[in-house]
Amino acid sequence: MIAEKKEVNVESPLIFERSVPGRRGVRPPAVLEADLSALLGAENLRPEPPKLPEVDELTLVRHYTGLSRRQLGIDVAFYPLGSCTMKYNPKVHEAAVALFADLHPYQAPETAQGALQLMYELQRDLSEITGMDATTLQPAAGAHGELTGILMIRAYHDSRGEHAGRRLVLVPDSAHGSNPATASMAGYALKEIPSGPDGEVDLEALKRELGPHVAAIMLTNPNTLGLFERRIREIAEAAHAVGAQMYYDGANLNAIMGVARPGDMGFDVVHLNLHKTFTVPHGGGGPGSGPVGVKKHLEPFLPSPQVVQRGETYALDYNRPQSIGRVKSFYGNFGALVRAYAYIRMLGQEGIQKSAALAVLNANYLKELLKEQGYRVPFDRICMHEFVAQPPEGFKTLDIAKGLLEMGFHPPTVYFPLIVKEALMVEPTETETKETLETFAAAMGEILQKGKEWLEGAPYTTPVRRLDELQANRKPKLRWNL
Amino acid sequence: MDYTPHTPQDLEAMLAKVGAKDLRDLFHDLPQDLIFPELDLPEPLTEAEMMRSLRELAAKNASAATSFLGGGLRAHYVPAAVVPLAARAEFISAYTPYQPEVSQGLLQAIFEYQTMISELTGLPVSNASLYDGSTALAEGVLLALRETGRNKVLVSQGVHPEYREVLKTYLDAIGAELEEIGLRDGKASSVQVSADVGVVVGANPNFLGAIENLAPLADAAHAAGALFVAVVDALSLAVLKTPGSYGADIAVGEGQPLGNAMAFGGPQFGFMAVRENLVRQLPGRLVAETSDVDGKRGYILTLQAREQYIRRGKAKSNVTTNAQLTALMGAVYLAALGPQGLEEVATRSVVNAHELAKRLTAIPGVRQVTPEPYFCEFVLELPKNPVQVRSELAGRGIHAAVPVPAEYGENLALFAATEVHTKKDLAGLEAALLEVLA
Amino acid sequence: MDYPETLRYSKSHEWARQDGDMIAVGITDYAQDQLGDVVFVELPSVGKTVAAGNSIAVVESVKTASDIYAPVAGEVVEVNAALADKPELLNSSPFEDGWMFKIRPSQPGELDTLMSAAAYRQFVESQ
Repeated sequence: MIAEKKEVNVESPLIFERSVPGRRGVRPPAVLEADLSALLGAENLRPEPPKLPEVDELTLVRHYTGLSRRQLGIDVAFYPLGSCTMKYNPKVHEAAVALFADLHPYQAPETAQGALQLMYELQRDLSEITGMDATTLQPAAGAHGELTGILMIRAYHDSRGEHAGRRLVLVPDSAHGSNPATASMAGYALKEIPSGPDGEVDLEALKRELGPHVAAIMLTNPNTLGLFERRIREIAEAAHAVGAQMYYDGANLNAIMGVARPGDMGFDVVHLNLHKTFTVPHGGGGPGSGPVGVKKHLEPFLPSPQVVQRGETYALDYNRPQSIGRVKSFYGNFGALVRAYAYIRMLGQEGIQKSAALAVLNANYLKELLKEQGYRVPFDRICMHEFVAQPPEGFKTLDIAKGLLEMGFHPPTVYFPLIVKEALMVEPTETETKETLETFAAAMGEILQKGKEWLEGAPYTTPVRRLDELQANRKPKLRWNL
Repeated sequence: MDYTPHTPQDLEAMLAKVGAKDLRDLFHDLPQDLIFPELDLPEPLTEAEMMRSLRELAAKNASAATSFLGGGLRAHYVPAAVVPLAARAEFISAYTPYQPEVSQGLLQAIFEYQTMISELTGLPVSNASLYDGSTALAEGVLLALRETGRNKVLVSQGVHPEYREVLKTYLDAIGAELEEIGLRDGKASSVQVSADVGVVVGANPNFLGAIENLAPLADAAHAAGALFVAVVDALSLAVLKTPGSYGADIAVGEGQPLGNAMAFGGPQFGFMAVRENLVRQLPGRLVAETSDVDGKRGYILTLQAREQYIRRGKAKSNVTTNAQLTALMGAVYLAALGPQGLEEVATRSVVNAHELAKRLTAIPGVRQVTPEPYFCEFVLELPKNPVQVRSELAGRGIHAAVPVPAEYGENLALFAATEVHTKKDLAGLEAALLEVLA
Repeated sequence: MDYPETLRYSKSHEWARQDGDMIAVGITDYAQDQLGDVVFVELPSVGKTVAAGNSIAVVESVKTASDIYAPVAGEVVEVNAALADKPELLNSSPFEDGWMFKIRPSQPGELDTLMSAAAYRQFVESQ
């Protein structure tokens, strides 16, 4: 027998490599007698079927179960990924979503009153938690919410005849990349505001840039260093004095969820990431949900439709002449909304405020533990839900991350924010135990002890080791060649 | 109830360590008059109480699992294996696979998904998914405008009206011009493409359900130096010509028919596939094959310099979170059915739709608006207000007759049939509609 | 780190060299070192007119993308087609094989306003 030529060592075959012609898995209901050429027109038919995998159901099950065992999630290990709020996703939420799976967005509204009521109440509850007057549930993710929020600001300025003069959006240099990307997508020019020595927005630098040409300031508070912007009221006052709008990026809301409301601090628009703060599972990168709350003066510009209550019934209101329009088909990622609704129902005010406070406590506790292990904390004061650390002099953050993988942990966010060299951004969340934080801190210490050589080679026993990124970028192979 | 594990002893020890006297003290940087406000929220519930209250809410809805509703989403059967596999704890509780050594499961699954979408669309490069069909269209059009450096878009009225609304929102944002190509006899009319047009968009099947030959539209776009975007029905690609074969540079669409619940409109996933030369303009994540230091095959996110967390204000899109888990459900679905199973789902849906159309158009006063050939959705003109018809049918336990926007005509309703329907279901709708219209 | 004497330099780390009546442009040794392995180069189209300081090309490495600015005003008359297949030339030969594009200058003498090798070396070392 001649051995097959193998260029690389394949440990996990692709589903296509498990495929055998003629093998079948799930059978759909019996096919009716059909002449597709007659029904669809022979000239419209594809000459060959798509080359999809042909596997039996058990092979399918083993394939995806096998893949899942090559994947780390919060259900497997501690996952302190900064600014991503990897908190526990309650299992009961999956049961809750299943109750609403078979609803069609175009079924008669009188047959979807429960779904509409849930959306109406969630609009109200999210407004209450953020201190806003109205909320849209339509955006499908955080960045989508950002675009929605910035377009509402733009529509507001436009309604006052000021759009032509206000072409600039200000963002701090510590902002998430999605903020400047969003401002560009909304047609705005951008200006970055430097952070001061205390890690907060440099108020004087901000004031120098402010003027009647500024449409909005986009802020994350606490910021990406995990610090609360203490001069937030002065910032909001200065912005409003020149007619600019205050945009709150909700990526870090978990620190102050229900404890302090962006609306009370002077923000005009807030987007939320239900997949961060409100426990919707991240799903390996979505689907998420990015509701946007606004103050009264921006309410007319909310996307269409909004859910409204009319007497005893709930309805979709499309009569919104000043709306920015639609940002997504239908009404938003309803499945995510059910999870957030269930979460808020179970926690109530007490649970929400306690969760935020314990997220902050866990972060501060872990910060102290990591300092004991030799890590540096450039802005060392009581942090919010996350903090930024640096490895001891001479160690590289990338190696620390890879060393942690070997220890069975997911590393923190690395090399962000950009304003801190070798940044490790750590967000433990409130759902982790004291012992987990201690075990993690000990592992962070242990990998330093193992030394640089060990770290540079790590990880060793993960499904794959360090991968060739250059090869993947220069001549990217993006699909399997049949 | 909440999900925090802290005992009173934990709290005491941890507060002491961080040097705070109580939890409130942790917030001393915040304006003190603002913190811990009274919130007007309902009282907290236990898990059992919450589920009971949600069941009560759910009881106010009627299931549309065997509905005849269409217009972007349809009642297809989701095989039992799909959700338990795609929603395995390791997948559902993972973040974006930024650490490839511990994310090979998702990365490989995405690579396989990209291959499947490439096969369905006949285009070589698929991204890892976008939010939904409508936003995939908007991103596809923005891609084409970046590539051509032009500022005008021609879109067929055959594209889903809500997709066109979303497109308008995105185009207004950057000040691009949107012009519509009207329908003639239910299909996109032929059109002159001027040299300032960057992209032309057609749909197949279109919103009325009709299968269109989009090649002339694609040719007209290319003759003017514009790109062509096809909005396609994912299931139809089991049997219909691929967008790649009739000249599409970019194919986009809604992935729901592939193993995703209708879920009152979301979440599902949007797909996007493009020609090779457009790869560096793609929005969203991409996975490539590579190898590790030991020569073992592996997968990794690639061309990340396109994305917002690197390019910031100059990124190709602000998209970050996409629809990974629902796209994974799509991939599991496609693998579960295989090419033959998918073709059977498509065929049975087509056959059912044609039989349904035959039955319903036999009712006096009902006229079919969708021209031949059509896929598994079609539009009828009814002798009565469709909103009322939909309600009266719902009163008889049948979900059907999506009211069609007035831009297409008066008293129009959209119907869909899928593989879930039996002859009895079709006869049931026929009888109910006969009563309602009597 | 190389600083060839015959070239002129910009603060955004491009070099420029008189090449007949054209000016060839690339990125400096220091720039390629900072970027790391280059994976893609987005070049301007021939015929494009630019002002000095305009963003005109993009150099991508695995984790960054950097804009390249025109050091002088003029019309792009030639681009280095070899970079499409071999972007790594920017790393291996930044001053020779890795040249990016040539401009026909519209402002005579503009080249002389750029930094000398010595001035650029001092600028880099002060960074």
